[in-house]
Amino acid sequence: MRKKIGVLALQGAFIEHIHMLEKLGATPVEIRQKSDFTPALDGIILPGGESTVMGNLLHKTGLFEPLRNALAEGLPALGTCAGLILMAKNAEDSAHKHLCVLGVTVRRHGFGRQINSFSTEGDFAGQGQVPMVFIRGPYITAVEDGVEILATAQDKIVAVRQKNLLGIAFHPELTGDTTVHEFFLKKVLTND
Amino acid sequence: MKTEKYQLNKNLAQMLKGGAIMDVSSPEQARIAEKAGACAVMALERIPADIRAAGGVSRMSDPKMIKEIQAAVSIPVMAKVRIGHFMEAQILQAIEIDYIDESEVLSPADDAFHVDKSQFEVPFVCGAKDLGEALRRIQEGASMIRTKGEAGTGDVVQAVRHMRKMMGEIRALTVKSADELYDAAKQLAVPYELVKYVAENGRLPVVMFSAGGVATPADAALMMHLGAEGVFVGSGIFKSGNPEKRAAAIVQAVTNFKDAKLLAEISEDLGEAMVGINENEIKILMAERGK
Repeated sequence: MRKKIGVLALQGAFIEHIHMLEKLGATPVEIRQKSDFTPALDGIILPGGESTVMGNLLHKTGLFEPLRNALAEGLPALGTCAGLILMAKNAEDSAHKHLCVLGVTVRRHGFGRQINSFSTEGDFAGQGQVPMVFIRGPYITAVEDGVEILATAQDKIVAVRQKNLLGIAFHPELTGDTTVHEFFLKKVLTND
Repeated sequence: MKTEKYQLNKNLAQMLKGGAIMDVSSPEQARIAEKAGACAVMALERIPADIRAAGGVSRMSDPKMIKEIQAAVSIPVMAKVRIGHFMEAQILQAIEIDYIDESEVLSPADDAFHVDKSQFEVPFVCGAKDLGEALRRIQEGASMIRTKGEAGTGDVVQAVRHMRKMMGEIRALTVKSADELYDAAKQLAVPYELVKYVAENGRLPVVMFSAGGVATPADAALMMHLGAEGVFVGSGIFKSGNPEKRAAAIVQAVTNFKDAKLLAEISEDLGEAMVGINENEIKILMAERGK
């Protein structure tokens, strides 16, 4: 049975996630408005882009409440970069709190402006070395109990898991490496 | 520029997709744009409609004003340099601008050469009217392309013309045979490798936005249907009656460009659109600057 994975398609790099899911044999579903968000989904991806834009559009489209409730009730979710910021309970700049479901504090643009964007490699959740691309990337400054740290870069926390929620500060969708998406489909979706 | 840096710069443009980038000329306007849902702002002292009205030479904006805008918002900040003015570009790089627009909206500084963008760490977006121009800019190091349109007019006709031409030329390449592609590269005056990429992928190797003349949510949706991956909105917002509302409506139109019913709702009651100038009333065709 092919897994149906919603991809929040309000703004940002959602096509890249869709291609990744197709490559791994899952069925992606673009979520642009409330009517796209149905109980038939096995999981959802919150992509990279601008968290301010997506946060704003979540409210305008009426997706905010149903999405927050679904994540709180256990819908598996992968958030990358802006997607991580959308899920975080706390942001160092408190004006940028959104769904507040993942027990971490994020620092937006923690690694700086575009001139400081970089790529590196590091271990991800014991799955081996994965390429990590940071574009004006955030990092995590604090985690609550029950949040597992899956990866670090430059001594900063850049990937975490809290049960059904996988939060990644870098962009696995921008590389050819499928490790993070496979982890999401195989481990998070099955509650392993 | 190292390949890795170029890749990261192309990646930033990927993050902007599906969004609206708005011209702003003060920190206050920048905050309004961010709140309305702009995915980036273009900081410039005078928006294109005012540049047109004022005439004279227009140049890179005051770095102080750009820095104030950088401090006011958390989204990426872009700024314009004159075509070929690599010193203006170095100055913008020194203040860590997120994207440089080598723009025909300003007076050109060099009538033969564009900036060698491969020498910079920060990314460049450049305008293009057709595929040849787009690929020449990419070869020079641009990591994002915007169709030119005609800035500051509020008239979408040129944006449509450029986007139709670009997409038509891209589609035409996808059905050419290998030997025909060599000739296409010659005709377009661009390297064969870039032509081959376009032919194989049916798209530019970088993200492409639409720019110039977008004044309404319907205009923005039109450009998305024609192949834009996002839109630049210049004078259309802050030259209109209700900038906040219009900006927010254009943001929504870019996301839900396929939903005409929703577009009808968000197009209601937006107040005065910018007055606009028709094509045959224009004195300076900015799109003809830089080829």
